[in-house]
Amino acid sequence: MVDVPTPLPPDVPPAEVPEVELYHAKSYWTKYIFAQDAKVIAIQYSCTAIAIGLVALVLSWLMRLQLGFPDLFDFITPEAYYQFVTMHGMIMVVYLLTALFLGGFGNYLIPLMVGARDMVFPYVNMLSFWVYLLAVLVLVASFFVPGGPTGAGWTLYPPQAILSGTPGSAEGDLGIILMLVSLILFIIGFTMGGLNYVVTVLQGRARGMTLMRMPLTVWGIFTATVMALLAFPALLVASVMMLFDRLLGTSFFMPSLVEFGEQLQYGGGSPILFQHLFWFFGHPEVYIVALPAFGIVSDLISVHARKNIFGYRMMVWAIVGIGALSFIVWAHHMYVSGMHPYFGFFFATTTLIIAIPTAIKVYNWVLTLWRGDIHLTIPMLFALGFIVTFVNGGLTGLFLGNVVVDVPLSDTMFVVAHFHMVMGVAPIMVIMGAIYHWYPKMTGRMYNEAMGQFHFWVTFVGAYAIFFPMHYVGLVGVPRRYPELGDPAFVTQSVDGLNAFISLAAFAVGFAQIVFLFNIYWSLRNGRDAGGNPWRATTLEWQTADTPPGHGNFGDELPVVYRWAYDYSVPGAPEDFIAQNDPTPVSQAEPT
Amino acid sequence: MWIGLLLVAVVVGSILFHMFSPWWWTPIASNWGYIDTTLVITFWITGAVFAAVVLFMAYCVFRFRHKEGRVAAYEPENKKLELWLTIITGIGVAAMLAPGLIVWGQFVTVPDEATEVEVVAAQWQWSYRLPGEDGKLGQADNRLISGDNPLGIDPRDPNGADDVVVEADDLHLPIDKPVHVLLRSIDVLHDFYVPEFRAKMDMVPGSITYFWFTPTRTGEFEVLCAELCGVGHGIMRGFVLIDSEEDYQVWLSEQSTYSDLAGDPTESGETKLASQ
Repeated sequence: MVDVPTPLPPDVPPAEVPEVELYHAKSYWTKYIFAQDAKVIAIQYSCTAIAIGLVALVLSWLMRLQLGFPDLFDFITPEAYYQFVTMHGMIMVVYLLTALFLGGFGNYLIPLMVGARDMVFPYVNMLSFWVYLLAVLVLVASFFVPGGPTGAGWTLYPPQAILSGTPGSAEGDLGIILMLVSLILFIIGFTMGGLNYVVTVLQGRARGMTLMRMPLTVWGIFTATVMALLAFPALLVASVMMLFDRLLGTSFFMPSLVEFGEQLQYGGGSPILFQHLFWFFGHPEVYIVALPAFGIVSDLISVHARKNIFGYRMMVWAIVGIGALSFIVWAHHMYVSGMHPYFGFFFATTTLIIAIPTAIKVYNWVLTLWRGDIHLTIPMLFALGFIVTFVNGGLTGLFLGNVVVDVPLSDTMFVVAHFHMVMGVAPIMVIMGAIYHWYPKMTGRMYNEAMGQFHFWVTFVGAYAIFFPMHYVGLVGVPRRYPELGDPAFVTQSVDGLNAFISLAAFAVGFAQIVFLFNIYWSLRNGRDAGGNPWRATTLEWQTADTPPGHGNFGDELPVVYRWAYDYSVPGAPEDFIAQNDPTPVSQAEPT
Repeated sequence: MWIGLLLVAVVVGSILFHMFSPWWWTPIASNWGYIDTTLVITFWITGAVFAAVVLFMAYCVFRFRHKEGRVAAYEPENKKLELWLTIITGIGVAAMLAPGLIVWGQFVTVPDEATEVEVVAAQWQWSYRLPGEDGKLGQADNRLISGDNPLGIDPRDPNGADDVVVEADDLHLPIDKPVHVLLRSIDVLHDFYVPEFRAKMDMVPGSITYFWFTPTRTGEFEVLCAELCGVGHGIMRGFVLIDSEEDYQVWLSEQSTYSDLAGDPTESGETKLASQ
């Protein structure tokens, strides 16, 4: 218990530079299309990400049709199945989750939550979205070229990814080329946005908003963005080199090999080098998705339990610590890749160490609930759903991270179940909760509660019913990326019935997302007026003059910050929350 | 309210599914029982943590859900509690990591008496090579592969002449003899995966990877490819048969060696090399 009275009034430095007048857009085109307002860019990013995410959702249905009911659908050939697998994975990880958390929530929330008028480089921010859109269009184009999209798996492992045995990579096919070009574009677009987020957090904060007063949402997005700026270049070089291997006949990743009886002209390259580059990006990527989710869910729990987040400083250091550690665990994706076996000792140790700061975060979330005043709103329900699925998926990570336990499980459906639970379902729970939470601020309207309840229950129960049993399919030994297993002897108890059940659950969960999108659309017109601060929250985005906030966010006066983001239920305060820009002194305040 | 019940149902349902569902690993047929043991330890520790966290949440939701007049406690930090939780977590992690690393040490250390067997993967079939009477495998290289030398065995290496070649057929191995499995690919990544053996490893063109195991049960075991290798990945199957010593010798005597297959290996091989 920290109850040290702070000096009153809390210290707020004087303004160092006068405020500069914002340039306001004058036409419809510059206001809504080629927009430089971070909030509009955020909505553009989010709509694009959700649109391409729906493609991924349909692809997952097609995969589940095949796995649940093999032989029933002739159009799902092995070629098509591998194309579905690949595009589903890449879209979800990069074009949906990364883009939505950083481009969507980052753009909307960073300036509002740190008390800035906009991102520091609005023009570059605009370019970031348009390059992202171009990347998505190139990706979508690959569905319509000869040979179709690539079926190399989202990991794009060479040599297979650029050889003719793989769909989209045969002589004359464009699928793999468009995939690589799209990734390169995505990284360029992201870098423009990412620099913006980092500089805005470091340089654009309101007076009094010290780093240790920032909401954890900002900490999560900020740390994830720094990581992404360091990790994506590895993917960039890997993509460029593979493009050269494919188009120019270089051999960065290609050793001497014989394809269907024919000696190819490659020689001397290293397929494992690609895997190192890919996972040097790919593992931080998991936390690039997870850290914004960690940050956002901390704030959802705190607001809706009317209680300060437990152990704020520990939470900040856990975010930073996880971010740093995640750069030295990448080869745990490669225990059976054929890399030097002694790497296994090192990477298993670092991987299991990362469980400690992660566990601290979980404890602090549930300890925030303890002795709270828990309002079971839709955002809170999704936050609870997040904790359950994240704990479940995080714990199965201890199986796969512990090198020798990974050996029988790697490349089985256990892995598929694990990463879907931990970086699919769990972050998406947070995305849903966050959309419900900030929808009133973005639109001025409240969502429909009944549709929201339906959405939560079907999504949470359904997603758990999909991915919990899937672990056991993998434990039986069923390998991943098999369009059809047949009836091998090692499957002592047929998994067909279980697979059909999982598929039905997947269709139900997909349907619930359509209800969710309808709710978003319907409530735009029919939702009740939400007011400026319906959750009675402390952070700055809820204290704006207008709802939705106009260009420049805060009207005439920028807010001045007097306290941390978590003054809920402070003893002696007149209400159960004190806004960050409220100068009223109270006897108890943030931990110092 | 309902959410509290749901959380309890998740824990109870998961435990019941784990205990009573018929889906569990296939019976082991190798010496890697240690891996299964480590996996079971991990199940116990993680299962206990999962149940504890979710049940605690359920309790909080029942006990502290909003009612008129409820006020949340104000407690920003509790250093002592945070420290204890960190220590306990550290102990739990160490309890899983330590056996894991010990068993990994065994996994990567091949016993001296293990006999070498080479597995060669190609899109989309399995071939094998046994060292022959001299007990040594000859050198091989993908650049030497041709119609009459499908595994790329180096004709200049005398150790290779008596190597037993099993092309696109089943592999037989004797029971209770440790096997050092050398893995090679002639085109893309593959992974030699027999669920009953628990061990697996990717095969990478341009290098030789390995694992080892001792078969402990006779029978026929299906080989699958566990690393995506193109459109035929799902049908890249084969069989390993674990035989008694006598059956194994019978099978071995029926196999062809490299020199049988290549006619006069020295001559054809030199022409081949000269043309490179």
